Amino acid sequence: MRYRLGVDVGGTFTDLLLFDNDTGAFWRHKTPSTPHDSSEGILNGVIAITEEAGVDPGDIEFFLHGTTVATNAVLQGKGARVGLITTEGYRDIMQIARSFVPGGLAAWIVWPKPQPLAALEDTLTVGGRMDADGNEVRPVDEAGARAALEKLKAQGVEAITVSLINAYVNGAHEVQIGAIAAEVFGPDVPISLSHEVLPEMQEYERTLSTVANAAVRPVVGNYIANLRDKLVEAGVKGKLSLLRSDGGLMSSEKAQEHPVNILMSGPAGGVTGAVWVAKNAGLKNILTLDVGGTSTDVALIENLEPRRVRTTEVGHLSVRASALDVKTVGAGGGSIAHVPELTGALRVGPESAGAVPGPVAYSKGGELPTVTDANVVLGYLPEDLLGGSFKLDREGAKKAVQTIADALGVSLMDAARGIIDIVNENMFGALRMISVQQGYDPRHFALMGFGGAGPLHVNAVAKLMGSWPAVSPVSPGVLCALGDATTRMRTETARSFSKLAMNTDVAELIEVLDEMAEQTRGELEQDGIQPDSITSEFEIDVRYAGQAFEVPLTVDQNTLRELGIDGLLARFDEEHHRLFTFNMDTPHEIVNLRAVALGESLELEAQELAKGNGDPSAAKIKDHTLWMDGEERAAVIYDRAKLLQGDTIPGPAIITEMDSTTLVEHDCTATIDAVGNILINPTAAS
Amino acid sequence: MPAQIIETNTTPFKKLDLDPVTLDIIENALRNARIEMDATLVRTAMSPGIREQGDAFPLIADPSGKMIVGQFGSFIGGFLKSFEGTIEDGDMIFLSDPYSCEGAISHSNDWLVMLPVFKDGRLIAYTAMFGHQSDIGGMVPGSMPIEATSIFQEGVRIPPVKIWKKGEYNDDLMKLVMHQTRKPDWCQADLNALIASCRVASNRLIEMAERFGDDVYYSATQELLARNHRAMKALIGQAIPEAKASFEDFICDDGKGYGPYKIKCTMWREGDKVILDFDGTDPQSAASINFFLNENMFKMFFGIYMIMVFDPQILFNDGFYDLIEVRIPEGSLLKPKFPAALSGRTHALGRIFDILGGLLGQGTPEFLNAAGFSSSPHLFYSGWDNREGKKADWFQLFQIGFGGIPGRPLGDGPDGHSLWPGFTNVPNEFLERYFPLRIERYETEKDSGGAGLHRGGNGIHMTYRFLADGAIGIHDDRWFVPPWGVNGGHPGKRATKLLERVDGTTEIVGNKVEDVEVKAGEQLHFITWGGGGWGDPLERDPELVVLEVRQGLVTIEGAREYGVVMAGDETVDAAATDALRAEMKDGRGELSLFDYGPGIETLRANCKEETGLKAPIQPSWDEQRHG
Repeated sequence: MRYRLGVDVGGTFTDLLLFDNDTGAFWRHKTPSTPHDSSEGILNGVIAITEEAGVDPGDIEFFLHGTTVATNAVLQGKGARVGLITTEGYRDIMQIARSFVPGGLAAWIVWPKPQPLAALEDTLTVGGRMDADGNEVRPVDEAGARAALEKLKAQGVEAITVSLINAYVNGAHEVQIGAIAAEVFGPDVPISLSHEVLPEMQEYERTLSTVANAAVRPVVGNYIANLRDKLVEAGVKGKLSLLRSDGGLMSSEKAQEHPVNILMSGPAGGVTGAVWVAKNAGLKNILTLDVGGTSTDVALIENLEPRRVRTTEVGHLSVRASALDVKTVGAGGGSIAHVPELTGALRVGPESAGAVPGPVAYSKGGELPTVTDANVVLGYLPEDLLGGSFKLDREGAKKAVQTIADALGVSLMDAARGIIDIVNENMFGALRMISVQQGYDPRHFALMGFGGAGPLHVNAVAKLMGSWPAVSPVSPGVLCALGDATTRMRTETARSFSKLAMNTDVAELIEVLDEMAEQTRGELEQDGIQPDSITSEFEIDVRYAGQAFEVPLTVDQNTLRELGIDGLLARFDEEHHRLFTFNMDTPHEIVNLRAVALGESLELEAQELAKGNGDPSAAKIKDHTLWMDGEERAAVIYDRAKLLQGDTIPGPAIITEMDSTTLVEHDCTATIDAVGNILINPTAAS
Repeated sequence: MPAQIIETNTTPFKKLDLDPVTLDIIENALRNARIEMDATLVRTAMSPGIREQGDAFPLIADPSGKMIVGQFGSFIGGFLKSFEGTIEDGDMIFLSDPYSCEGAISHSNDWLVMLPVFKDGRLIAYTAMFGHQSDIGGMVPGSMPIEATSIFQEGVRIPPVKIWKKGEYNDDLMKLVMHQTRKPDWCQADLNALIASCRVASNRLIEMAERFGDDVYYSATQELLARNHRAMKALIGQAIPEAKASFEDFICDDGKGYGPYKIKCTMWREGDKVILDFDGTDPQSAASINFFLNENMFKMFFGIYMIMVFDPQILFNDGFYDLIEVRIPEGSLLKPKFPAALSGRTHALGRIFDILGGLLGQGTPEFLNAAGFSSSPHLFYSGWDNREGKKADWFQLFQIGFGGIPGRPLGDGPDGHSLWPGFTNVPNEFLERYFPLRIERYETEKDSGGAGLHRGGNGIHMTYRFLADGAIGIHDDRWFVPPWGVNGGHPGKRATKLLERVDGTTEIVGNKVEDVEVKAGEQLHFITWGGGGWGDPLERDPELVVLEVRQGLVTIEGAREYGVVMAGDETVDAAATDALRAEMKDGRGELSLFDYGPGIETLRANCKEETGLKAPIQPSWDEQRHG
C-alpha cells in the first residue's frame, strides 16, 4: 500500500497522477473526460496509469479526488429540488437576496434576473419566532408546519431545508420543524437545518448555504457511491477522499454529508499542487497562475500556506464555506480579441471560443482571433508540436489576427503581441487583487504558471509583477491531480465570540479554543486518522468594534498565555495599518474563533533529476524564430523530458512537453532545478 | 480667484503618441485602482449606510480635474475655479457644502475628501471620494429634516478646508466638526475610510507613473479622455435627432402638503452637440425636496446611459463633456438658490434617471425601459433604548430601502432589488441584533410590479416592530404619481406607509414625515413602489402568470390584469382566459408608448380614497421671489 493516486476531472481531460510514497517517483496520465458519467473516464485512467507504472491497483492506499460535480450542479441548476421552510414574513428571502445588482450605474438594464436556488413555489413559511437573543417570541405553529410540509411533499421536492430567523442563536424551532419534516417525508428525503450547516448571523447567506448544501447533496452522494463501486470493480481498495474548497482533504463520507465544502474543489487542486512544488523548489511565497481555455485562476501562497476566505463564490452565489482565495478572470487561451468600432480599443475576452469552435489554429471551425492564435502567430506556440499528431494552422491564425491589425492600423506582429499584452494585463489585474490589494508586495513572491497555457504566459506576467522566479513546475498540465495527491486531511469549525477585547479574559478564550480543538480532532479521529498525527491551528478574527470586516490572526494557546490579549491586539493594529494605512482608538472586538485540525503533513519528496553539466543542447529539438520585443529573434526549442538538473537556457527559448509549452522571454534565463522545475529569472546584466 | 497650485517642478508633461496597447493597459490599471478604493472603504467604514449598503462614490481625475475613472463625474474643475487658496503636496481637501462645489455633492451628509497627488514635485492627479454620513447634527437624527426650510437646519456645513495641510493634520478642525454630530464614532471611522481609499488610489497612480513614466501615464489619461470624446461624438450623431423631444415626470409632494412638482427635460442636437434643457421644470420648493443638480454630473449620467448599450467595457470619463450642454434654470427645483434646504433631494435624484430613460428611449421603443428608479426610500428610527436590561443607550438607524426594478427589453424587473450601483440591503438579523427592532416581515409586495409582457419588479413590504419608544422619519415618493409603464405595460403600484398602534388602531402615514413618535410594540409597514411594466400584459404566457400566483408574487385578482383567469388556485382556465383577453383587447384602444396612469387631476380626485392621504395641493410660486 505505498501509492497515492490523485485524480482531477476537468471539462476536457481527466488528469491522473500516481505517486510512490517511498521513492517520490510519479507517473502522470491524461485521458478524455466522460461528462455523462465521469467515473468512466476515471476508471479508464486508473487502468492505464497502473498498467503504465506496473502497479497493482490494490496497492493504492489513498484515492484522492478533486471534482467539479458540486460546482456544476449549482451552476447548471442540476441539483436536487429543494423545499425551503422559512419564518413567517420571509417567503421571499431568496428572491430578494441582498438586493444587489452587480455593475455600475445603469447596469440593471442588462442584468439578467437570477432564479433562486430553491424555487419560490417550493418556499413556504411557518409561524413562530425567536428574538435576537434566542428567546422564543411565538411558538412554532405545528399544524401550519405540517400543512406546509405536506404541500411541499405533494409538489415533489427531493430535499428539505429549514432556515429560520435568528436560528444562529437558538435552533430549537428548526429542530422542531425538522422533526415534523422527518415524520412527513420519512427517512429518504434529506433534511438540513440552517443552524447546523452554518451557525452564523445573516439570514440570506445562511439560508443560501443551507439550500446549496441540500441541493448538491443527492448529486454528490450518487456520484461518490457510483465512483466507489467502479473503483472496487477495478480493484482499488484504498480510502477515497475528496479535495475541499479550502485545499484540505475530507473523507468521501463527510463530503456526502457536507458537499458545500467541495463546491470549489476543482481550482483548489492546482493551488495545493503549487504548495508541494514550492516546497521542493525551496520557495516559500508563491502566486499561482492557472491558465485554462476560458479563464485564469490566481491564488496567493504565503510561507507555504495558501490564503483562505470564508466564502465560496459559485457563479453569482456567495456561499458561506471556507475556500482558498482563488480569483478568476475571463482571460484564457480561447479568449477572443476584438476591436469595437465605436472606441477602436483592443479588447480581449471575456467572450471565449471555448473548446468548440476553439481557436482558429486548432482548425475546429473557429474563425475569431484568440489568445492562442496570437501565441501561434508570434511563434510562441510552434506549429508542429503535441507529439506530431496535431499541427497548428498558423496561416489561419495569421489571417484572423490580421483583422485586429487592420482595425488598429498596426502590423500583424504588433497586433498579436498586443493581444498577448492585454490578456497578460488582465491576469495581472487579478493577481493584484489577491496581492497588492491585500497588502502583499508581489516582489516578495515567485509566480508559478500551470494549466494548459500558464507556462506560456508566466514569464511575461512575472515581469509585470516583479515576481521572480517565474516557475514552470514539473507536470504543469496535471498539477491539480498532483495537488490532490499531496495535500493533507483537514477539518475546521468556527464559532461566534462577539465580545469586546477589553471585556475578555484570556483564560476564557483559551478554554473555548481547547474545546474547539477537541471537537475537530475528534472528527478526524472518526475518519481513522491517528490521534498523535493530528495537529491543530487556530485563528481569531479581530476588528475595531463597528467595522464590517475582520482581520484573521493565527494564534496558539501558548502565545496567548504569554502575551495575553494585548499581544493579539498589537498584532491586529499592525496588520490593520498594513492593509488600510491607519489605526483607530476605537475598542477592539473579538468576533469569531476558528479551529482547524490537520492530518499528518506528508513528507513526500520529489524525485531528484539527474545532474547535467549546465548545457542543455542535448535536449535541443530545433532552431526556431519568434517575434518578441518588437523584432524577429532566433530561438531554440527544447524537449523538457531531456533536460537535466542545472541546465541553463538563455531566452528566447521554448520548452515543450506532452501537454504544455514554456516560453522563456528574450531578456530572461531559465535554469532547471534539482527536481525538474523550470525557474526563469531576468538575465543578469553582463 | 482660482486655486493656486504650488508645484516645485513645473516642467509640463510631454504629450506622447501611445500605442493602443499601452493605453488599454493603463485603462485597466486605472479601473483596478478604482475597485481598490471601494474595497478599502467598505472594509473599514462603520456606519451601516456605508459598510452594509455601500453609499459612497470614488473618483480619479487628471491634473486639470477631469474625471478619468468614477461614475458621478468630476466637480474638481469647478472647485478649482472657486477655491481661494493653494493646493500643495501634502494637502487634503475636505468639504460637505453643496453650495461650495456647484452641487457635486447634493446634500451636506455627503462628506467628500479630495487628495491632490504629487509626484516629484509635480501634480499628476486627484483622487476623491464621498460617502453618506449617518448623522451630521442639525434638527433631526440622521440630519435630513424633511421639515427644513434652509440648509442651516441640516447639520454641519463644511466649506472646502484642508484636513491635512502640507502633511500636517488639522486636529482642531476635526474636533470642531466631530463636535457637531450625534455619531462621532461612525463619522470618524467613515472619514478615515474615505481618506484611506484616496491614499490607496494615490499610491497606485504613483506606481503607475513610475512603471510607465510620468509622460506616458499623463498622455494615456489625455488619450482616454479623447477616445471617450470620439466615441461619444459618433454615438450622439447616430442616436440623437436634431428635432426636439421632451419628457416630464413629477415628484409627488414636498412633505408640507404641496405637490406634485414637475421636472421637464428637452433634448435636441445642434451639429455635434446635444442640448439638454430643463426649461419648464418647476421653481424651487420652499421645503427641502430641492435637488442641486451639478451639470457635469448630469452629463455623466447621460453618457453612461448611452455607453451602456454600445461598449459597456468603456471606462466612463469626462472626455465627452464639451459635446453636451446642460441648461438648468436658476432658482428651479434642480438649481435652487442658497440657502434653500436640500435634505429631501433623493427623490429628484432618483427621478432624474426615470426621466433620462424616458427621454432617450422614446425614439427607440425596443430599448426603452419602464419607470422605477424613482426615489431612494429612507427610514430613520432613533431614541434611547428603554428595553429592560438596556441602559437607555442612544440608538439611531438610517436605512435605505428599495422598490422594484422596472420591466426591461431584456425581461422582467427583479423584485425588490437596488437600482443604485453597489447598494445592498441590511441583513434583518443584523438590525435585530444591534437595534431595538424586530422585522416581522420582509417580502415583496404582491401585484406591485406593473403588469406587462415583462413584469415590473415588485416593491418591498417591510414591517418594523419597534421594541423601544422612539421617533421615526420617512423619506419616500411615488405614492401619488405612479411609476409609468411602457410599450403597453401598466404602471407599477404606488408606495404606502401604515402604522399599527399599540391601542389597536392603524393609521396611514405620509411618505415624507419626521418626528413621528412610536411606542414599543408598534409596527410600521414600509411598502415601496413597484417597477412599471414593459410590453402588452395580454401577451404574457398565462402559465408564467399562474406560476407567479403560486409563488405569491401576483394574486389571483392581479392575474386578471394579464387577462388570465384561474381554475382553482393552481392552473389556468384556458377558455375563460381566452375570452377575457379577447374582451380586454376589444375594449382598449391603441397601446400607448407610455402609460402614466389616469393623469394628475384624476389622481388628485381619487387620492384620499386610494391612498388614504390628502391630495397634495398644487404649489404656486411667487414670481418676484424666484424670478
